[in-house]
Amino acid sequence: MKGYLRKDGRKGIRNVLVVVYTVECAHHVAREIARSFEGHDIQVIGFPGCYPNDYARLMLERLCTHPNVGAALLISLGCECMDKNRLAATIRESGRPTELLTIQAVGGTRTTIEQGRAWVQSTRALLDAQSPVDMAVSELVVGTICGGSDGTSGITGNPAAGRAFDLLIGDGAACIFEETGELIGCEHIMAARANTAELGQSLIDSVAKAARYYATLGYGSFAVGNATGGLSTIEEKSLGAYAKSGASPISGMLKPGNLPPRGGLYLLDVVPDGEVRFGFPNINDNAEIAELMACGAHVNLFVTGRGSVVGSAISPVIKICANPETYDRMADDMDVNAGRILRSEASIDEVGYEIRDLVVSLGEGARTRSEELGHQEFILTYKSFEPLGPSCLPGG
Amino acid sequence: MRDDPKLLILNMADNVATVRTRLRAGDVVAVSGVRVEVSADIPLGHKVARAAIAAGEKIIKLGAPIGYATEAIALGAHVHTHNIASAYIPTYTLPKDTQ
Repeated sequence: MKGYLRKDGRKGIRNVLVVVYTVECAHHVAREIARSFEGHDIQVIGFPGCYPNDYARLMLERLCTHPNVGAALLISLGCECMDKNRLAATIRESGRPTELLTIQAVGGTRTTIEQGRAWVQSTRALLDAQSPVDMAVSELVVGTICGGSDGTSGITGNPAAGRAFDLLIGDGAACIFEETGELIGCEHIMAARANTAELGQSLIDSVAKAARYYATLGYGSFAVGNATGGLSTIEEKSLGAYAKSGASPISGMLKPGNLPPRGGLYLLDVVPDGEVRFGFPNINDNAEIAELMACGAHVNLFVTGRGSVVGSAISPVIKICANPETYDRMADDMDVNAGRILRSEASIDEVGYEIRDLVVSLGEGARTRSEELGHQEFILTYKSFEPLGPSCLPGG
Repeated sequence: MRDDPKLLILNMADNVATVRTRLRAGDVVAVSGVRVEVSADIPLGHKVARAAIAAGEKIIKLGAPIGYATEAIALGAHVHTHNIASAYIPTYTLPKDTQ
């Protein structure tokens, strides 16, 4: 594999220039700047909120200094609360080219778009002149998520993704599974896999928190299409989702923005701490992908039964289709046909190896279907977290 | 009589089986030694009962409880949101005609 070496020692399998809006009011300008460079890895991310939120600030810091990101252009309106100067300073300290344009100071939409495009043009040329260096699988962080799950997800795609996790962890990679709201009912079997009893208790507590949070909201992490696809309850969806974690011992628990300190398997706790404040923990699949990326994920394995088409800004998404009927309809969007397992055309193990090989190939110039189709979805909303507990990360 | 290969039994402790390929109304499938006629289409990934299940009884899939029966369920019948419920959070569904 090849990667772009960053100042903190991490390596990226992409060299994206992000244009970042620091409030929705700057979104149009950011989009217009990026639009004229279509196909050149200029991608738009940002936070729509006007009011302060530590979580959103940390998320943008982590995403702008993600190993797959080579440079960042910040677009601010000027009166929003996001601490854009702190954000710019963090990016500058990371060794990345960065520029902050404030629309109200620059003089409006047109001038900011012109200045932004000029900066992107010269900075893109700088990034294109960088040479990647050798990269090992042990330097990878890989996330997994399922979206548009159905009754096939838990018996084909998710176990195959779990198998790929075991293989990657065996080679030293850090792998992250998430969505504690979709592990309801699995907390005790999961805790039994934790490296320490204290970590096991933290895993149980995180799922209990998720169950309380969703019960207060009145809805589970369960969409109408899940039921159409044969899943009847959150417990059933959870058992299927849990299979993505594979069979490795659990090394630690993260919250959004925590980087795994070494290889191994980690659970990402995505449900906010404290009372229910800002609505649903993750309003859609891309909100979860953004959090996996904020934990450093270079690539995310996305298992779908009903047929999700999304990709993501910053980190490629490998689409694993669990349902053979869905694959027949939507093959153009899918990287892996795990539905072959149901038709006795492949074993879970074979599909696991195929996924692992695909991950490695992304560091050797290959691109995913969602990248080829131009998907760059991104969303970031309000949340709040308390710091990680002392027993969550592997010690020593 | 063996179970129909169209049914996937994920754990021998399960009282439901997963449908491996779409079943059509009128199909006859073997479930737990009994031939059962399917009364309505059952799509890929859905579940049928491997045993007669009493109201209130736990539904077991992959060896673990996934909810409980809200009414008596006959052997071979479709097991889904119309006859089982979560022990944690209710399942949200749209009215049938909008799905």
